[in-house]
Amino acid sequence: METLLNDFSVGLFFMQALILLIVIVLMRVFAWKPILDALQTREDGIQEALESAENAKLEMQNLQANNEKLLKEARAERESMLKEAREMKEKMIEDAKTQAQEEANKMVSNAQLAIENEKKAAVAELKSQVANLSIEIAEKVVREELSNKDKQAKLVESMLSEATLN
Amino acid sequence: MVATKSIKFLVVFVLALTSFTAFAQEEVVENNLVDSPDEIREFIAHHLKDSHDFHLYTDNASGKHYGFPLPVIVWTSNGLKTFMSSEFHHDDNGEVVVDKDGTKIVKYHTKIYELDEGAAALSFDEAHHPTNASKVIDFSITKSVFGMILTGLLMLIGFSSLARGYKKGNTVPKGFSRVLEPLVIYVRDEIAKPNIGDKKYRKFMGFLLTVFFFIFILNILGLTPLGFNVTGQIAVTACLAIFTMVIYLFSGTKDFWAHTLWMPGVPIILRPILAVIELLGFVVIKPFSLLVRLFANITAGHFVVMSLMALMVSLKADFGPVASTGMSLILSLFIMFIELLVAFLQAFIFTMLSSLFIGMAVEEHDEHH
Repeated sequence: METLLNDFSVGLFFMQALILLIVIVLMRVFAWKPILDALQTREDGIQEALESAENAKLEMQNLQANNEKLLKEARAERESMLKEAREMKEKMIEDAKTQAQEEANKMVSNAQLAIENEKKAAVAELKSQVANLSIEIAEKVVREELSNKDKQAKLVESMLSEATLN
Repeated sequence: MVATKSIKFLVVFVLALTSFTAFAQEEVVENNLVDSPDEIREFIAHHLKDSHDFHLYTDNASGKHYGFPLPVIVWTSNGLKTFMSSEFHHDDNGEVVVDKDGTKIVKYHTKIYELDEGAAALSFDEAHHPTNASKVIDFSITKSVFGMILTGLLMLIGFSSLARGYKKGNTVPKGFSRVLEPLVIYVRDEIAKPNIGDKKYRKFMGFLLTVFFFIFILNILGLTPLGFNVTGQIAVTACLAIFTMVIYLFSGTKDFWAHTLWMPGVPIILRPILAVIELLGFVVIKPFSLLVRLFANITAGHFVVMSLMALMVSLKADFGPVASTGMSLILSLFIMFIELLVAFLQAFIFTMLSSLFIGMAVEEHDEHH
C-alpha cells in the first residue's frame, strides 16, 4: 500500500485529468457527435426503408386480395348471367310453344268454323238446286200435262166441279 | 454479430504487432545484459514505473542510449521550472544535479526531488529514502503523458476521419473507419444502452466512448515494444475512476439520492446506517474497485509477460540457450495473446461498470418498494 501511494504521482494525475478532459471535449465535438448522429440517421433510414417495404408488401397483399375478390365477383357475375340466359332461353321456348299451341288451336277452330260454314252453304246450295230442279221438273210435268187439250179440259172441269161444290 | 467480427479483426490487427513486440523486448533484455535475477527484477520494476525520457534500448558495448528526451515541467518552491530530461543524462540515482536558477533538482527512482537549501548532493537513510530533499509536483510530459497525448491524437485522427466520411455522404464507412464503426456501435448498443437506458444514454456517450477507446488504445500501446505502461499507472486509473464518479454523482436523479440517503421501505433506524453504506459504496468502493481492477490487471500483465521473457536469460544456465529461448518465446507469446484479450476486456469492463453506475444514478423508479 505504501509503495502504491508512493507511486501515485499527483502531477501525472493532473496531466491525465487535463488530457482526458481535452480529449473528451474534442472527441465530442469532432467525432462522437457527428458519428452518433450519422449512425442514428442511417439506422432511422434503414428502419424507414424496412417499414416502407413492409407496407409495400401489405399493399401488394391487399391488391392481390382485391384482385382475387374482383375475379371472384366477375366469375359470380358470369355465372349468374349464364343462368339468366338459360332461364330466358327456356322461357322463350316455353312461350313460343304456348303461342304455337294457341295459334294451332285457333287455326283448327277457324278451320272447323269455315268447314261448318262451307257445309252449310253447300247444303243451302244443294237445297236451292234441288228446289230449282223440282220446279223444273214440275214445270216439265205440268207442260207435259197441259199439252193435250182433252186433259186440260178435264182438269178445268174437275176444278170447276170442285169449285161448284163449295 | 457485428461486435464479434470487429473483435476478430482487432485481434488479427494487433497480432501483427505482437511478434514484433516479443522480438523487440528480447533485444532490450539482451543488449542491456540484464542477466541476474536481481537485475531482471529491477528492470521489470523500472519498466512498470513511469519515466521521464523515451528510452528504447541501450547499446551496452558503446554505452549509448537510444530514445529521445521528454520535457520536464516541475513546480518547485521557487516556481515553475522546465527543462529537457536529457539534462539528467539518463541518471536515475539522484547523482546528477540539475541547477535551475539556484533550485537543485535531482531524479531518484523515476521521482523528481528538489534538494533542500544548502545541500549539494542527495543523501539517504537506511531504507533508501532521500533525507535532504522534498518531492516536487511533477507536471512533466513523462512517457505516460506522452502516451496519452499520442492516444488522444490517434483517436482524434481516426474518429474524425470516420465522422468526415459520414459528412461526405457515405452512409457506409470505408477503409480503417470500417473497423472503428462497429466498435462505436458496440459501445453504444452493448454497453451504454442496456445499462443506462434508451432515453438517457446519449448524454454519456461522449465520456463512455472516449474512455473505452482511451483505455483500449493505451492497453494495446502497452503491448507494443514502445514499452508504455500508462493504464498500469495508478494515478491514471484513479483519474479515470474519479471522472466516472463525478459524472454519476452529478447526474444522479432525485430518486437516486432518495434511495441512497433515505432508503424507503426500510425501518427508520436502519436508514442512516444504510445511507452510510450506500454513500461509501458510491463515493469510495465503486471508484476504488474501478481503479484497482484496471491498474492491477495491466500491471500484472506487463509483469508476467516480462518475467516470461526473462526466462530466456534466467534459465539459460539450466536448459541451454535454445531450450530456454524457445520456452520463453512460446510462453510469452501465449501470455501475449491473453494480454490482447485483457486489453480489450479491461477497456470493456471499465466502460461497462461506468455505464452501470451511471445507469444506477439516472434510473427512475416507477414503483416504490
